[in-house]
Amino acid sequence: MAFTSIEQLEALAAQPTPLWRAIMTADAREQGLSEEESLRRMNGMWQAMRSASRDYSAAARSSSGLSGGDGQRMLDYAACGIGGEFFSQVIAEALKMGECNACMKRIVAAPTAGSCGVLPAVLIPFQQKHGTQDETMVHALYLAAAFGQVIASRACIAGAEGGCQAEVGAAAGMAAAALVFLKGGTVSAMAHACAIALGNLLGLVCDPVAGLVEVPCIKRNVIGAMAALSSADMALAGITSRIPADEVIDAMREVGDALPASLRETGRGGLAATPTGQKIARQLNLEPK
Amino acid sequence: MNLFDILGPIMVGPSSSHTAGAVRIGYITRKLLRAEPVEITIKLHGSFAATGTGHGTDRALVAGLLGMRPDDMQIPSSLEIARSKGISVSCSTVKLRDAHPNTAMLQVKSADGRSLEVVGASLGGGRVRIESVDGLEANFSGEYPTLIVRNTDQPGHVAEVTTTLAQLKLNIATLQLYRDTRGGSAVMVIECDTPIPSQAVTWLESLPGILKVTYVNVEEA
Ligand code: SF4
Repeated sequence: MAFTSIEQLEALAAQPTPLWRAIMTADAREQGLSEEESLRRMNGMWQAMRSASRDYSAAARSSSGLSGGDGQRMLDYAACGIGGEFFSQVIAEALKMGECNACMKRIVAAPTAGSCGVLPAVLIPFQQKHGTQDETMVHALYLAAAFGQVIASRACIAGAEGGCQAEVGAAAGMAAAALVFLKGGTVSAMAHACAIALGNLLGLVCDPVAGLVEVPCIKRNVIGAMAALSSADMALAGITSRIPADEVIDAMREVGDALPASLRETGRGGLAATPTGQKIARQLNLEPK
Repeated sequence: MNLFDILGPIMVGPSSSHTAGAVRIGYITRKLLRAEPVEITIKLHGSFAATGTGHGTDRALVAGLLGMRPDDMQIPSSLEIARSKGISVSCSTVKLRDAHPNTAMLQVKSADGRSLEVVGASLGGGRVRIESVDGLEANFSGEYPTLIVRNTDQPGHVAEVTTTLAQLKLNIATLQLYRDTRGGSAVMVIECDTPIPSQAVTWLESLPGILKVTYVNVEEA
């Protein structure tokens, strides 16, 4: 059975089985998969994230010519980063993944292609820093996916439906929960981290310039990753979200419903509608019809 | 929505709804046609119409119709591949009533002259819903082996079909019934947990009152 509330996940955590395993078992049964097959697939997702990051090419440019090379720029600068090297790496990783996507390379939608950079941006540097086993990283992905499943069922995970809060926002909530898991936090802390991250990105609009998943999408993955890190740290420090996660998700849905069509992936509002945004669209011959 | 709808698919960018979902709609349409189309007419609605070309939605739909999966590195060159195969492709926009913002209508023709019209919506994260087949409501995801049975609207057909499936020990996940007018033609859309053998499809097709049986199993190569 798919999870429809964070409360359900918290209840499941009271059982002796580790939560990631309970999540995997429930999903594998529902899908008619063996547990080995489910683990193999999830490991496939993790390995695909790593190879996308490894195969990043600083020279690649998107067909529009708008994107490429920024991930490398950030990496070159990493040692001087204001927030230290780890933060710079997170920023670089988010940019790299967003650029891979824009350049039509193979990525993992997490939960969508536009927001594909948030999870790898926090997970890959985390593994590098702590030397975490791949196996544990895969367990973290189960947690992230279960939180995402609740967001998808109570709200949505498409910019065209709910704006960017439903893509980068959802990804940030999922990544925050995964980070709390990796740091050994409780499920309640995961729920708070998810709630804080999502709550902080509430209202984020979907306004891709010329309708391309490039501007602002690529850099928005960075804010998603930053929201995940800060929310996970807050939750691990014992800070709670005053509004429970399920209610934050419900609020996200309402905000999404209230967004005008111009701010839901039509390329007609926000940054897309700025004079420069429109000029780019005209130059690329991609004006919204 | 299962966990791998949330994390995944592994896909070629840039957009899970505009690229991966569109590849899937194209792929399911090819399966429904049971052949490579020789003529493809694409009509894009809503956000698909507004930003479809930028996201490569047309390329993605054509890639799926050519049999590519969402992680196929050749998706970016699908239009060129179609052209080299002599497949005619045309693309325009359309306003459909009450349709999901990411909706495409595909009209395809096979070399032996059969035609098919499929309306599909891309729901986000690469998931899709086929809304109608040949103008009749369908509403399935393509995530399960799916049987679409068109029959005359008379009593007994549902029982015939479900009995056949039960005899084969095939478990039904969902069953939906639609009809255009009373006593006119009706459609059953049945999603099963396991693949349906082709003999069963042929057998169903031979039953009186059954007009057409279409089977799609996206997982099958
Ligand atoms: S702006 Fe829109 S297309 Fe870009 S990442 Fe956000 S939701 Fe996706």
